[in-house]
Amino acid sequence: MASAEKDPISGIYTTGHEWDGIKELNTPMPRWWVYVFWACIIWSIGYWVVYPTWPTTTGFTPGIWHYSSREELEKELVNQKAARSQWLSKIDAASVEEIENDKALRNYALAGGRIAFGENCAACHGTGGVGTPGAYPNLADDVWLWGGTLADIQQTITHGVRNDDPDSRNSVMPSFGEDGLLTAEQIKQVADYVASVSHKTPAAGSPGEAIFAENCVVCHGEGAVGNKDVGAPPLNTLVRTFTKPTSEGVAGQVTKPKMGSMPSWGRRLDKATIKELAIYVHSLGGGQ
Amino acid sequence: MNAVEPDVAKQPENLYEETKRIHPRTIRGTFRSIKWVVMVVLMAVWHVGPFIRWDRGAGAPDQAILIDMTGRRAYFFGIEIWPQEVYYITGLLLIAGLALFLMSAVAGRLWCGFLCFQTVYTDLFMLVERVVVGDRGKRISFDRRKWDLDKVARKTVILFLWALISLACGLGFCLFFGDAFTLLPQIFTGDAGAGVYTFLIIVGGGCFMMAGWGREQVCIYVCPYSRFQSAMFDEHSMIVAYEAWRGEPRGAARKNQSFEGRGHCIDCKACIAACPTGLDIRMGNQLACIGCALCIDACDQMMDRYKLPRGLISYDSIIAQEARAEGKVAKMRPFRSRTVIYAAMIAFIAGVMVYGLTFRSTMEVSILHERSPLYVQLGSGDFRNGYTYKVLNMVRQERRLALHAEGIQGIAVDVVGETVTEGKAKISADGDSVATFRVYATAPENELKSHATPFTFVLEDLDSGTIVRSTATFMGPDK
Repeated sequence: MASAEKDPISGIYTTGHEWDGIKELNTPMPRWWVYVFWACIIWSIGYWVVYPTWPTTTGFTPGIWHYSSREELEKELVNQKAARSQWLSKIDAASVEEIENDKALRNYALAGGRIAFGENCAACHGTGGVGTPGAYPNLADDVWLWGGTLADIQQTITHGVRNDDPDSRNSVMPSFGEDGLLTAEQIKQVADYVASVSHKTPAAGSPGEAIFAENCVVCHGEGAVGNKDVGAPPLNTLVRTFTKPTSEGVAGQVTKPKMGSMPSWGRRLDKATIKELAIYVHSLGGGQ
Repeated sequence: MNAVEPDVAKQPENLYEETKRIHPRTIRGTFRSIKWVVMVVLMAVWHVGPFIRWDRGAGAPDQAILIDMTGRRAYFFGIEIWPQEVYYITGLLLIAGLALFLMSAVAGRLWCGFLCFQTVYTDLFMLVERVVVGDRGKRISFDRRKWDLDKVARKTVILFLWALISLACGLGFCLFFGDAFTLLPQIFTGDAGAGVYTFLIIVGGGCFMMAGWGREQVCIYVCPYSRFQSAMFDEHSMIVAYEAWRGEPRGAARKNQSFEGRGHCIDCKACIAACPTGLDIRMGNQLACIGCALCIDACDQMMDRYKLPRGLISYDSIIAQEARAEGKVAKMRPFRSRTVIYAAMIAFIAGVMVYGLTFRSTMEVSILHERSPLYVQLGSGDFRNGYTYKVLNMVRQERRLALHAEGIQGIAVDVVGETVTEGKAKISADGDSVATFRVYATAPENELKSHATPFTFVLEDLDSGTIVRSTATFMGPDK
């Protein structure tokens, strides 16, 4: 430094800087700090040699270890797959009923199914399968549109509902009001009757009963117990997906029915995952 | 600019003090002997402890003292603690804290002077220096000497022995966390986990730095306990005390001279030379004094040589010192409200822990109510709630269990994958594990009085007849 001026009070050299008569003492970084700083720089040179560092016009310098975080991830995925394979091969080989009856397999499938459900199903059916009132069915109750046995659930997940998969669940409820199949008066009468059935107080001998027998029983069944083969829900309960079990709700559904659809998951997920999902959905409470 | 001579009077006081290396003289005496014995005992606990075996039957670790982090268990001879029972550790820490208060109130910094690992390892490291270089005088001149071959060689030997001790210290720590006989060779072949090496470096390196260079600096500037231990003293606490009334006025003395009309302190500074923190105890009790009592040994030697009564520096209380100064009989009061209360608190907590461990339940239940959905209405109109029901089976045998619910008229349970007979679900829990079940409870709508109805899960052990009742809540629509 040009000016080696010493501060008379503290005995420390100044930096030579001066502002309004106030001088700055030269208090350098502690030596240990400086040493660590230089050590870090030297250490970083090792990084240049060993790891990918410098961008080039076509890519980057790979370093002598040829490290790649993507390759590491792939390696980990392979390892994980290998670790899971003993379970997955068992699940692949077994039927859903066999998995359900094997405690260890069932626990594995439940754990896997819970994750797969969260990733694929919860968007519509909600966490824990609560469903969305008016749109997507609740999977935790014991009322099913397309059946609640393990095989039924597996079939529904694999092929979906009302999509272009030839094996998908399919049916159409006629628009009794829109298409003029029933008059407004008749719809009111049958809706009153269905609401009475839902509340377990069937209005026997009402005009609605006759309309129901003529138009609805073919799908919804005697006593309105439903028919899973055509996705016709039971109407003798208060549990509904698309409407409320009131006269107005039923009338709306009869006039212009809402019907759900669901993708064919067999095209997106492997068989083992679908089996895990079936086991998990079956365990949500409604399994039959 | 005028050349101004620095005004000495105006110079600000420099608050930074360079560390002075302290080389205490080795002393023989009662307290030094006690310290050696304590060191041997503590070292034995630390290094032999992990190798003690304790048979717990097949499939269970046979290490007497083991903290199994991956297996989530802590073992201490016949006691086995699960993570859910970590409150025993709380009890242990409370007892440790109170014991520190109690020993400080009764006899000063016993912990610092005799038991603390900082003191013990510093002692051990100084022993290495003494063996390789020599006692106080030789070590001081060794430090001042220019570097030559002999100094390099001796310094290397010292550092090597320190490193060995530090390695052993780190190993002692790590071996409590894994099977000692498996882990020890693994550490040396490079097969132990990264966590083991990390802690080996932290504990071993810490020992190397703290006992090698930190020493009394740690006690004076770093350790929080040393500060609050001084606050635990009162005038009845036994502390290392200098009898100023007898020692002063001090002065150099020859053998067989008369001590009439002067103090007994011959100002030989043996007490300072012996002190591991380098203080002068004759200035009274002070922060840096760790209560190691080595100055007592040093002074007693001198008193013997001059045929003066021992105890010019001694363990004594302030009250007793005042009494002695006036020629009265000093009374010791180890039992006073402060110490009695500490002791009672320790006894109470220890009693609760012993009770807890004696009547420890080996089966615990934890219940988590399903939140999505909170409840479901079934086709029949009944309501159903889902629960994750966990059984902690803390014995090593499988348990056969039956689960049912009571408290709501008509409530029924169902367990996914298990059969229900006569309203009771038959379940089983493997030994030494947590069994998890998905349990559904179904209740008729007209029995639910509000949106949340309490009820009880009853779990029976079919073999022992033990019953665990746990309350749960049944959720339903608002009423």
